[in-house]
Amino acid sequence: MWVLAGIVVIAGGFLLRFHPLLVIIVSAFVTGLAAGLDPVRIVATFGHAFNETRYVTAIYMVLPVIGLLERRGLQARARALVAGLRGATAGRLLTGYLLFRQVTAALGLTSVAGPAQTVRPLVAPMAEAAAERQGGTADDAERVKAMAAATDTVGLFFGEDIFLAVGSILLMKGVLEGYGILLEPFQLSIWAIPTAIAAFVIHGTRLWWLDRRLSRGGAR
Amino acid sequence: MIGLNLVYAVAGIVFAVFSLLSARDRRFANAAFYALITASFLFGNRLGDVANGVLVLALIGIAASGRMRRAEAVEPAEDRHRAKVFVPALIIPAVALMGTLAFKHATTLIDPKQATLVALTLGTLIALILCGVLLRAQPAEPFVAGRGLIDDIGWVAVMPQMLASLGAVFALAGVGGVVGELVGAVIPAGSVIGAVLAYALGMALFTIVMGNAFAAFPVMAAAVGVPILIRQMGADPAIVAAVGMLAGFCGTLMTPMAANFNLLPAALLGLRDKYAVIRAQVPTALPLLVFNILLLYGMIA
Repeated sequence: MWVLAGIVVIAGGFLLRFHPLLVIIVSAFVTGLAAGLDPVRIVATFGHAFNETRYVTAIYMVLPVIGLLERRGLQARARALVAGLRGATAGRLLTGYLLFRQVTAALGLTSVAGPAQTVRPLVAPMAEAAAERQGGTADDAERVKAMAAATDTVGLFFGEDIFLAVGSILLMKGVLEGYGILLEPFQLSIWAIPTAIAAFVIHGTRLWWLDRRLSRGGAR
Repeated sequence: MIGLNLVYAVAGIVFAVFSLLSARDRRFANAAFYALITASFLFGNRLGDVANGVLVLALIGIAASGRMRRAEAVEPAEDRHRAKVFVPALIIPAVALMGTLAFKHATTLIDPKQATLVALTLGTLIALILCGVLLRAQPAEPFVAGRGLIDDIGWVAVMPQMLASLGAVFALAGVGGVVGELVGAVIPAGSVIGAVLAYALGMALFTIVMGNAFAAFPVMAAAVGVPILIRQMGADPAIVAAVGMLAGFCGTLMTPMAANFNLLPAALLGLRDKYAVIRAQVPTALPLLVFNILLLYGMIA
């Protein structure tokens, strides 16, 4: 039971706004010590996992390209492009991107798009420009940018599980195998489709709603 | 074979240049932080677990010292290259896409498990070359600009890796088993809706705590999914597993613990509220969680 103290540390630490990285390492020590691990073992476990997950941080290699393009007017060009498109609204642009993200993720192409690759350089400035034209304020710009990032994540999460060889499908197959339940990846991926459709409908409705609020003189 | 070794070499060199540029501008905390990330990328496999752990402690020390500085403001750029500026931006996803498909047939040369990351790295290198050829950028220019972006992201850059490592400690300490027992204990015997709610909400809540549905699934499968839903109530294992995992994903949308999906984009977009992306996701996540519960209940009852 004491091992749950680490969860209390995480929740409390985030809530009280201590430095998040300090909260994480303190939680690791509290949890490990409660489970009777010695401190060196805790440091080693943490270090090993950190080394194994470097691929998460590797995506920042795109920053030099994105940074240069931004200083050479990438976002300005994205805005100009949207200004030339009649009928382009923030909601419609993001709905199109949601569909694109879900379909490519369902084909296993999860890293083709993402916050660094597509949202910051292309999707967010385009949506922002459209929102501006719809009469959005500076506060709306923040909300539209956040919505662009949210759309990217929703599209990824509720598309990728349709692909057969994605990590989560393999994990489910492996865990169930441990109980003597044998499943083909196809049986699992087919059951991701209803939720994928629901995600598109729910998030798409919210994007349609965003357009309505923008054109009514600013989102609340 | 080409795989993560190439990916980590390129990432390591990029961070090494960030570190040198920071040191040149006398931003020493930033320089040290990026130097440690460089060391992790280039030498991580040779360091050993304890040394990697000490490296992590040093990263946290620098971040918590509060000495890392944000980027200097830059003037908004003019639209001077017209559509040409899109070419390097689009070449990255395009090469990632084509490479992922093409590398499936080059399994002796390229590690098939890392095809997309290798392709993304290749796309980045091609885009860098195009920046020079097409936009006449000086070699150092992209890195100066990129250093501005990474400075604005700051220590949040390593938070996803830190949380994943915390998950490893949780797993070793047996946190999952304890949570699973607690959840299993609250279900009224024989209640289908009770079991479905405990399983789906348990997936979402445990994912919120751990920041990762992958960590939640084995726990909830062991506590409720397999013994109660599948064995006792005869539910189809494929539905229980697939929909349960998606209920967990709804939890991922709502938690700062999933920093790479939720906090990192807010930092990357320079949003004032670092929880803005989570706020934008919750109104999608909650109805979708309800949908998953109803779907699961409908397929069992």
